[in-house]
Amino acid sequence: MTPEQIDLGGNVPAPDEGRRKFSSADKIYRILLTACAALILVIVITMLIVIGQGSLLSIKEFGLSFLFGQVWDPIKGEFGAMPFIYGTVVSSIIAVLIATPLSIGVAVFLVEQAPRSVARPIAFLVELLAAIPSVVYGLWAIFVLAPFLREFVQPPLQSALGWLPFFKGTPTGIGMFTGGLILAIMITPIITAVVRDILEAVPVTQREAALALGATKWETTKIVLANASSGIAGAVILGLGRAIGETMAVTMIIGNRPQISASLFDPAYTIASVIANEFTEATGDLYLSALIEMGLILFVVTFIVTGLAKLLILSVGRKTQSIA
Amino acid sequence: MYSKKFRFFLSFLFLVTVLCSSCFSGRRSQGDAIKIQGAGSSLINPLMQKWVSEYGNLYSNIRIDYQSIGSGGGIKQVKEKTIQFGASDLVMSDADLASAPGEIIHVPVILGAVVLTYNLEEVSQPLRFSPTTISDIFLGKITQWNDERILADNPGVSLPAAPVTVVHRSDGSGTSAIFTNYLSKVSPEWKEKVGEGTSPSFPVGLGGKGNEGVTGQVKQTPNTIGYVELAYAVKNKMPVAQIRNKAGNYVVPNFETVTNAAAETINETPDDLRASITDAAGDNAYSIASYVYLLLYKEQPDETVGRTLVEFLTWGINDGQRFAQPLYYSPLPQEMVKRASAKIALVSHNGSSLKAQ
Repeated sequence: MTPEQIDLGGNVPAPDEGRRKFSSADKIYRILLTACAALILVIVITMLIVIGQGSLLSIKEFGLSFLFGQVWDPIKGEFGAMPFIYGTVVSSIIAVLIATPLSIGVAVFLVEQAPRSVARPIAFLVELLAAIPSVVYGLWAIFVLAPFLREFVQPPLQSALGWLPFFKGTPTGIGMFTGGLILAIMITPIITAVVRDILEAVPVTQREAALALGATKWETTKIVLANASSGIAGAVILGLGRAIGETMAVTMIIGNRPQISASLFDPAYTIASVIANEFTEATGDLYLSALIEMGLILFVVTFIVTGLAKLLILSVGRKTQSIA
Repeated sequence: MYSKKFRFFLSFLFLVTVLCSSCFSGRRSQGDAIKIQGAGSSLINPLMQKWVSEYGNLYSNIRIDYQSIGSGGGIKQVKEKTIQFGASDLVMSDADLASAPGEIIHVPVILGAVVLTYNLEEVSQPLRFSPTTISDIFLGKITQWNDERILADNPGVSLPAAPVTVVHRSDGSGTSAIFTNYLSKVSPEWKEKVGEGTSPSFPVGLGGKGNEGVTGQVKQTPNTIGYVELAYAVKNKMPVAQIRNKAGNYVVPNFETVTNAAAETINETPDDLRASITDAAGDNAYSIASYVYLLLYKEQPDETVGRTLVEFLTWGINDGQRFAQPLYYSPLPQEMVKRASAKIALVSHNGSSLKAQ
């Protein structure tokens, strides 16, 4: 480095050739990065504008009653979004509740416990799961998961916990329960992969320090997890986002019935599913507009749910951090 | 570093060359090929693909592309003139026809049937249903398989005391429209409570996506009943119910009974050929069936394309009918072939018919 380059304040001498070149590259670099970030913004805003325009007709016609309406009957021209919002939120919550502990468990095992010879193939399998297309998950759910749940899981659940409103009705293997479960299986690899990377990024010195102070393996892992909590929160939110927007696999297994039922064995419906199901055959202008408004609602629901999840997980994370 | 860059550059160059050459050669090999774009009904898609490939073998300079996007989409695209022909298992409504930029004609090309299929392990003989029983099942009024209304249709059959699980289409579809059109005709209660359309709001049941979704759920779940296109039930070796028709006979859906339904209603079919053939009269007519229509503008903007379209349609309703049965469609009755070709003869360019005399 030349003295001129270090001396930034005061009398800066006229920049030489090399420096000018450097600063212009820096400029381009900055512009490129800003453009990348701006592109995301532009995409989101244009999507919102287009979706907003498309749903104007339906918003004008139904107003707020669209949000709270419980009936979805295209033939009679009645459109209400509530059962779909309920189905989307509940199935995603089930998915995250199952997938989060499972994924963290797998990730901790891979990073903290398993010998390399075991960890590598398992990590590979997890990544393989993430690459399976959702239609394959859906088919697998119809032909394997649903019959299995119907025969071996739902009847015992019902006989043990049937007094709860969550496990009433005929167990057909198809419905909210199976929908949430297939979502959990689909988001587990994503959460696992991200959490694994985060745990690996926690400095080894921390583990060594904890062990040196006499902490057990479990206590060490607790410290590592606490330090990684914000990253883990990010991983969970990533999984939640996928669960909310997932269409194909859920549609094939959730039963596609717009209703709000406490029982997890009953069929339900999600926003993404109804759009995928009915968009191609939506002929009337109002019908089409109602479906586009569902897209707008999905936007808002995703925004609210991920926002709430972020707040929740961060507050929990802070607590565990202070304990550790 | 340099060699890496260089290699990247080389492979990039290679890619560009390949892309360009394939582009140009593609253009050259097509020569003055006539391209026709169609879209719509998924019901007719297997047959349409067969027709397109057979027709392509006959006339190598003609390229017809068909996109299976659903009947509603087909109607929409015809109205927007983004395609040369649409296909639909539903007739266009008067409002749709009025708002189109030109006169659209309906040409029936084939017949499709919707069948009831079910999953009851213990029952080996085909079940029979009367119209009101079907309506009551899909309205949720019959909840047990051993309900006396089902037993009355099936004397001597022992049915399990199991709950009936209804499976219906969840995606908007012509299949649902045909089925609910039938139910609206035979049951006033259905007409009032649910009505007919591509996305009916079923009072009970599970929704499966597509014919394959309903087939899969019925096949996998005991004690279910659902409606699918004939082909899906036959190909999956699933039981097909007999349905009591207007004449009071229990009829199995097959090529003969479906074509019969069309033949029996031919006298009531209006001049524009927009006809519903569900709940047809006739001793041996199957009740839940429909024409599949090709939709095109009467006045064609391009003479060559128009003429090709007319020839293709004429071929389809004559020679093309023999491909129907292997794919589980039913051929048009002879009388309808005549009326359809009279319809095709109306297609014109600058006022003169495009059909070869």
